Amino acid sequence: MVDRSDPPAAKNPVSVQRTDRAVIVKRTFDAPARIVFEAWTRPELFKRWWVPKSIGLQLLSLEQDVRVGGSYRLVFDLGDGKTMAFFGKYVEVTPPSRLAWTNEESEDGAVSTVVFEERDGKTHLTFTEAYATREALDRNFGASDSMPEQFAQLDAVLATLA
Amino acid sequence: MVQYSSRLDASFAALSDATRRGVLEQLWRGDASITALAERFHMTLTGMKKHVGVLEQAGLVTTEKVGRVRTCRLGARGLDEEWAWIERHRRVWDERFDELDKVVAELKLKEKSHGRPK
Repeated sequence: MVDRSDPPAAKNPVSVQRTDRAVIVKRTFDAPARIVFEAWTRPELFKRWWVPKSIGLQLLSLEQDVRVGGSYRLVFDLGDGKTMAFFGKYVEVTPPSRLAWTNEESEDGAVSTVVFEERDGKTHLTFTEAYATREALDRNFGASDSMPEQFAQLDAVLATLA
Repeated sequence: MVQYSSRLDASFAALSDATRRGVLEQLWRGDASITALAERFHMTLTGMKKHVGVLEQAGLVTTEKVGRVRTCRLGARGLDEEWAWIERHRRVWDERFDELDKVVAELKLKEKSHGRPK
């Protein structure tokens, strides 16, 4: 229902959709699936792109044990000696087409699934963050680690500056 | 901020139901009475009143009773905040994927110069 896509531009547009219980993000990459998959599953590559600079948070550490049942853990520096961790387990690892993990930092965390579909040498990527219930999505507020609370705080700060 | 968030929560909760989304779509085309909406969605009057109530609470719909007919129309606020939510997420992913593009381009180049890994 709520859907928004970029107008056509030189770079590939991102679309974000929110449904009852999921946030769905889609984007095409100009490379075969094995390459895009690699960038999601090798820590030294993953950490180069996963954390948007605009969030202003520093990634202190990243562990990724990419195999079914393997764990991952991202630790962010919140300043003042505080940290915040995101962690969970991989529940599906099928190179180069599917990757899924749990988000266990909250009790009702989502399962994130990435599907890499290769067509004509390009990868059509669909990232889905699915919650057990729509209430859980509302509670987590689609915390697709866009970290809405931090954003909300930032919004508040910007509002007071304006 | 808290108020903003809870109102947005109410909007998304309101939007999480297929019937309510249908009602919004219907009202996008024009105002309608609760009776007409109930008929359109094969629903009891009571059921539709509940749905409209949720939409009204979220500020997505306003209603006005004239005589015996309660007319529903889209709220003035519309879906602006929902768009903003989506847009905020989209921006994060856009930024993230721009960086991923760079990593991917680099890997592609490497593969080209070293040959495809077996």
